[in-house]
Amino acid sequence: MTRPNADIVVIGGSSGSIPVLIKILDGIPAGFSIPVVIVVHRLKNVDSDLKAILGSRHTITEPEDKEPVLNGHIYLAPQNYHLLVEEDRTFSLDYSELINFSRPSIDVTFAGVADIYKERSIGIVLSGSNKDGAEGLQAIIAAGGMGVVQDPLSAEYTIMPEAAIAMNTAAMVLTPSNIITTIFSIPGNRQTM
Amino acid sequence: MMREITNEELTELLILVQAQYGYDFTGYATSSIKRRVLRFLQLANVTLYDLKYHITNDPDFFIWFKQSLTVNVTEMFRDPHFYRKLREVVIPVLATYPVIKIWHAGCATGEEPFSMAILLHEAGLLDRARIYATDLNDANLQKAATGIIPLPAMKHYIANYQMTGGTADFADYYTARYDNAIIHNELRRNIIFSQHNLVTDYVFNEFQLICCRNVLIYFNRDLQNHVTDLFCRSMAPLGFLALGTKESLLFSEQRNKFEVVSLKDKIFRLKNDQAKC
Repeated sequence: MTRPNADIVVIGGSSGSIPVLIKILDGIPAGFSIPVVIVVHRLKNVDSDLKAILGSRHTITEPEDKEPVLNGHIYLAPQNYHLLVEEDRTFSLDYSELINFSRPSIDVTFAGVADIYKERSIGIVLSGSNKDGAEGLQAIIAAGGMGVVQDPLSAEYTIMPEAAIAMNTAAMVLTPSNIITTIFSIPGNRQTM
Repeated sequence: MMREITNEELTELLILVQAQYGYDFTGYATSSIKRRVLRFLQLANVTLYDLKYHITNDPDFFIWFKQSLTVNVTEMFRDPHFYRKLREVVIPVLATYPVIKIWHAGCATGEEPFSMAILLHEAGLLDRARIYATDLNDANLQKAATGIIPLPAMKHYIANYQMTGGTADFADYYTARYDNAIIHNELRRNIIFSQHNLVTDYVFNEFQLICCRNVLIYFNRDLQNHVTDLFCRSMAPLGFLALGTKESLLFSEQRNKFEVVSLKDKIFRLKNDQAKC
């Protein structure tokens, strides 16, 4: 199997995705250098511990508007905003209508990343119970990037991965362990210091 | 499959709008304005070519387009901890002024100025306050002037209000009728709704507090600098500037002119030696 180089990994998850995200983050090797952006459906207007829950091994940042997207950093889309990326590789935020009943929406971030990073983007759709992420993954694959979906058999909620697979026959379907070995141990994604 | 437009096509469109109607969207952040345009193409079910044709020939169509291009989403007491901080830190300072002047820049349909009016009312300051609430869109201002808010949204705002430390009965602030709530007139009496374009319009008064929350995120860095400079020049000495929780002065040219009041709630204060910067 050819393993593509990439400049960014975006991960989208909803219900049932937190344990999977923790597992994936635990599996990211220290030398993994490209930015990882996580979009998880979250409640708004309540203090959230998600950053702390996910950040046991890595430092996780909720980006502010116009903050540069840096290699080796793990970012979490802030509550109640859509997260986008600009041409100059800075984040920008958007407080517009909910998409798929969600803000942040996975589709919005995936489509934005596809537009900027094109074939050098990897999108991963995890467990969830709505259809957010399917169109975004389609945009990433259409731009020449790599689409990955959590194997529904391994997912607590299957609607989201099933919708992503239905719309994207080219997507790779992988268990969480295989996501770690396939995506996060790509030699080209590691920086040799 | 989603439609796509290139950056060049986007620029051409925005320049057409500017030439024809004088509204300058060229300094908006590319990623979000592109999304807005794509969303409108889908909504109106037109091609980019049709869009340009209609904009050129039909001013009413342009009004619809302009209304869809800007983000008009807002809520009362969004980010309750921000309003709690206003109560605790900013309002006691405002209380020392004989006349309190506040500017809500980009007020959308008025939910934030209504929230501010409630805070001032509860501090006993509303009578000597003037709240200037401005927006680019006439349709927003017309809706804001009615003081009407859909009742289901209001129920959600009650929870927000209580998290700000509000102890009054929120239902005393509005009258519910059918599916709508109308904010009481005495709360709205000192709010002045007016059209103002942050990109092209100038300083029009001097304020002790400027609230511009979740507006700068739609602008690129140059335009952000331009607008922050406008705010500096619209501020009374030691005035406060409140931004959205994910907006920062960190990347702005004016960052040294302000001190941080609350980093979490993005409340800043013009430094003493920076009056009329």
